[in-house]
Amino acid sequence: MSDELDQLTDAEPVKDPGLPAHQHRPTDVDPAQELRAERQITGMFTVASLLLVGFCVAYIVIDKDQTFLGWSAMNFTLGATLGGALLLMGVGIIQWAKKLMGDDEMVELRHPAASTAEERAATLEDLNAGINESGFGRRPLIRRSLFLSMSFLALPTVIMLRDMGPLPYGHKNTVWKKGMRVVNDVAGTPIKPSDLQVGQLVNAEPAIMYEKDKDGEAVLHGTELLQEKSKAAVIVVRMRPEAITPAKGRENWGIDGILCYSKICTHVGCPISLWEQQTHHLLCPCHQSTFDLADNGKVVFGPAHRPLPQLPLALDSEGYLIAVSDFPEVVGPSYPELARDQKRLDDKS
Amino acid sequence: MRKLSTRRRHPLAGIVVLLLALGVVGGVYSAVRFQPASAAETASQNDVDAGRKLFLVGCASCHGKNASGIETKRGGNYGPSLIGVGAAAVDFQVGTGRMPMAQSAPQAPAKDPEYTAEETKQLAAYIATLGAGPAIPDDEYTDISGKTIEQIREGGEFFRTNCTACHNSVGAGGALPGGKYAPRLDGVSAKHIAEAMMTGPQQMPVFSDDVITPEDKSNIIAYIKQVQNQPNYGGMAGGGLGPVSEGLFTWLIGIGGLLIAAVWIGAHGARVKKK
Repeated sequence: MSDELDQLTDAEPVKDPGLPAHQHRPTDVDPAQELRAERQITGMFTVASLLLVGFCVAYIVIDKDQTFLGWSAMNFTLGATLGGALLLMGVGIIQWAKKLMGDDEMVELRHPAASTAEERAATLEDLNAGINESGFGRRPLIRRSLFLSMSFLALPTVIMLRDMGPLPYGHKNTVWKKGMRVVNDVAGTPIKPSDLQVGQLVNAEPAIMYEKDKDGEAVLHGTELLQEKSKAAVIVVRMRPEAITPAKGRENWGIDGILCYSKICTHVGCPISLWEQQTHHLLCPCHQSTFDLADNGKVVFGPAHRPLPQLPLALDSEGYLIAVSDFPEVVGPSYPELARDQKRLDDKS
Repeated sequence: MRKLSTRRRHPLAGIVVLLLALGVVGGVYSAVRFQPASAAETASQNDVDAGRKLFLVGCASCHGKNASGIETKRGGNYGPSLIGVGAAAVDFQVGTGRMPMAQSAPQAPAKDPEYTAEETKQLAAYIATLGAGPAIPDDEYTDISGKTIEQIREGGEFFRTNCTACHNSVGAGGALPGGKYAPRLDGVSAKHIAEAMMTGPQQMPVFSDDVITPEDKSNIIAYIKQVQNQPNYGGMAGGGLGPVSEGLFTWLIGIGGLLIAAVWIGAHGARVKKK
């Protein structure tokens, strides 16, 4: 009895069943099937070559304005031929691997990945010899100055990255100033209150965007124009005056229900002009921040954290809409130093 | 003068003065008040009468017998006042099937029109007599046959500045809060696009002729038509809804489908028992 028990513990408790017997594919045992697969694969590669030739022909022959099912005929043919060729090459390779390439199971035993103890000792010895010969350990002055220079390597990167753009503070003013006309974007035409109906939305800009100097050159152009535009863009809306509930001190910022707000969302600065004229809500398409323009641009929904800045309006002697001043609030996306910048802006005005 | 002055205390003097004042005020008012829109002038009185009959049957239950709207207790309305909306608003709302509304909803959807073109014209003629408002736009707005590429480009600039926020850069439409939406613009006639800009239907703001001139409007329409009629160089447009929906489709359907195909290829293969 005990002998049998000893035998059992010596042996494997569960016998290794080994690999199941290899099963052949039809192409392995039937020469006709093998020939058929070979022809299939060759056929696919050949058609792929023809399609690639067809690609070149289509590129030369087809007129670029020709259409096919509402698509550009040339683009359709180029895509169909090149895509078809690549697809056939891929399918051919898979068919080759599955039907004809050897598929016998193999067993490969795992070996430890580490080097032998002797090799590791030799490597360490070489390394230590190198350190001793260079004097890296014995000459701390050199070593430390090397570390210093390496850490200073970061400085040029920091300086150059810092110089890529202005920091937000110090650039809180826009080109709006007292008396500047509010003009229609794209057209550049000034706006009279009588031009606007209740429910109207105008995407507007400060007049300086369209002004020319005495040489006939645009006052603002290039990068400067785009930078100023990205801060100074506004929307002008007209509501029924009785619908508007102005905050204290803002009672005279509008004209007969015409109000002007920054077009730049206070969340991360997307341009917003998605205005619902019946609810007076302005919706930002990026993150769904919603501002109530009848209620001082208050945030009524979404991630924006502060109201949309409002531009006080007045009329000039010719009856066109003008700004009373620059925005009394910092425009654009909010950032950590905003409260400090707002204080500077308040001190200045 | 003396004669007049001596009778100034006559018992009827007050009435005479009152009548005179009323006459002057009425006369001045009728002289300077807005003339009804031009469509009303060209429309015959028969059209106006027929339009009023149609209005009383089909529209008055919400908009009121005098088209002055019916207000709810909470300050909203069943139907807004139509005084001063003009013929363009009627032609847009009725011509695109938005009115009459089938049921109360966040937004009136476009559907097959309930009224014939003739009936729509009569309704528009009647509403135009109620107060001054934009008339149905003429060829100045809608004729885009002779547009140059420069004009279309300028129309595109106006479109991208004023319209794309809601309607998408190729006019594929977009969502608004509370179940509302900006509709797609393909298949909308030039006349209806111009009317929508002039009248600001539902949540859409107004873009009056004084700010976006008739020529600008026709350029915008030309751009919309150009964008919709040009061949799709990028293949299937997928509704033109933008990168999020297209990326979602590529990742889920495209790459997901490839993964399923790869698993299927790996799992299948004919085997035979024969040695």
